[in-house]
Amino acid sequence: MSTATSIPDAKIEADSNVPIIRITRDFHATPEQLMRAHTDPELFAQWIGPSNLSTKIDYWDARSGGSWRFINIRDEDEYAFRGCFHEIGENKIVQTFTWEGDPEGVSLETITFERIDDTTTRLVAQSLVDSFEGRDAWLSSGMETGVNEGYAKLDEVLSNGIA
Amino acid sequence: MNDQLSQAFAALSDPTRRDILARLAIGDATVNELAEPFDVTVQNISKHIKVLEEAGLVSRTRDAQRRPVHFEAEVFDLMTKWIERYRQQAEARYQRLDAVLAHMQDTSNDNPITKRRSS
Repeated sequence: MSTATSIPDAKIEADSNVPIIRITRDFHATPEQLMRAHTDPELFAQWIGPSNLSTKIDYWDARSGGSWRFINIRDEDEYAFRGCFHEIGENKIVQTFTWEGDPEGVSLETITFERIDDTTTRLVAQSLVDSFEGRDAWLSSGMETGVNEGYAKLDEVLSNGIA
Repeated sequence: MNDQLSQAFAALSDPTRRDILARLAIGDATVNELAEPFDVTVQNISKHIKVLEEAGLVSRTRDAQRRPVHFEAEVFDLMTKWIERYRQQAEARYQRLDAVLAHMQDTSNDNPITKRRSS
């Protein structure tokens, strides 16, 4: 069962054993609307990139086995990202994500949309990279994805220890 | 990312090292004191301390007889900034998604939020 606690601000969780980062956030929308905002290229381009960069969709084939590529542009600077839609489920997307500046660093992303009530849907976006070194590269890139592990847990442990 | 920060993240991948840091956040401790709560050898704890030391997360006084281990809060704070910056990026992105969703609801004919589906 879903917890009753709402998560209006993005929450980060880290797994201590595998290089995973999990972001959870609630939206005032239905799972279907969130699916559309993630799979319709025009809608996706409106929100994915940093606000100071524009997003141009290069190609976009939002079906299981399809692929995608978009470019974040600011003046002369271009940052390209690409990946495959491995599986487009009913309320779930499984895809790969690569920043072309580090093409061998691939993260596997699983995004689920869970209906909490009539007006609220919880998004859980989990990213898995192939190594802790890869995670550091994602994190240091300052780009749209990255992972951290252990840290969130440590923060909790430390605050408990001090308290 | 600088090497130290990268090493710090790598050092934190181990649960024993996280427990050691949690203990050190309360105050300095010797390797023997740190080893007490664990079911492992002092040598094993020493290895963990070495990893934490190389990552800049702890330091050890050279001249003191006991050589207590000291938690370096500065490096930890730097890591906190990194993860918080990442979280803020995600939150900013999802606030843009909020706006897109709100617009979708305004323009949608079959909006199940403001207009219930007949069941």
